[in-house]
Amino acid sequence: MNTVPLAHYLALASALFAIGLAAVLIRRNALLVFMGVELMLNAANLTFLAFSRNLNNMSGHAIAFFVIAVAAAEAAIGLAIFIAVFRTRNTINVDEVDALKY
Amino acid sequence: MMPLLAAAVSEGVIFYPLAILTLAGAFSMILSRNPVYAAMSMVLTFFGIAGTYVLLSAQLLAALQIIVYAGAIMVLFLFVIMLLSLTEQDLGKQKLTVSAVVGGAAALLFWVLSYTVFEALPNQQMPTELAANFGEVIGVGRVIFSQFVLPFEATSVLLLVAIVGAVVVAKAKI
Repeated sequence: MNTVPLAHYLALASALFAIGLAAVLIRRNALLVFMGVELMLNAANLTFLAFSRNLNNMSGHAIAFFVIAVAAAEAAIGLAIFIAVFRTRNTINVDEVDALKY
Repeated sequence: MMPLLAAAVSEGVIFYPLAILTLAGAFSMILSRNPVYAAMSMVLTFFGIAGTYVLLSAQLLAALQIIVYAGAIMVLFLFVIMLLSLTEQDLGKQKLTVSAVVGGAAALLFWVLSYTVFEALPNQQMPTELAANFGEVIGVGRVIFSQFVLPFEATSVLLLVAIVGAVVVAKAKI
């Protein structure tokens, strides 16, 4: 039977990571930046699971499980921060929220 | 030993269309101006990734991916988008700045470099037979509750902190 080589799964994961990275670097809307971070976490998960099957070892599944839990916690906190920022500054453009720079 | 879904059919027939779907969703996320469309594209991407997990014989993680990401996290995003009710002016024009071009080029460079590394990895062949209960609830549960029991307990504390933190941060007046 034809199986897909490991490199193609990893290439898909790194493409997703690159798109997430581009979203973080290019987009200025904080929500879009955040979606890019979620995409990068997903790409890491895909890598864990690809190696998990390649090595026939289930530890990667446990790590991916923890990454999903951390991503959920991160989304809840991050979106709460965006709501607090929007309430005080009336913008979620990441270029305008720069008070810590000075 | 158990046979895989991936071994029953030719794996590439499912994998490559799924990969294209996933990447299309991701590109549509980064290119769409409206955050609601971006969130919907992310749902498509998450479903594509869940399908890839099934091909990798990670059925439990595929179900969790759909429930947690496509269900909970994206609904949270949509709620926040609705709550902020951004106007056309807030969204602004997406300008093609120097930093955007540099960011895109850096991402592309990262992908090309990583692909060359992956092609050089030894042992590319995926096994067609895996250990019993691979990726099922019983197998993953055994790993989590034996080898990873300490991180599991730490995760429960993390989630508690996240719940309390989110309420404290988002509340106008405590």
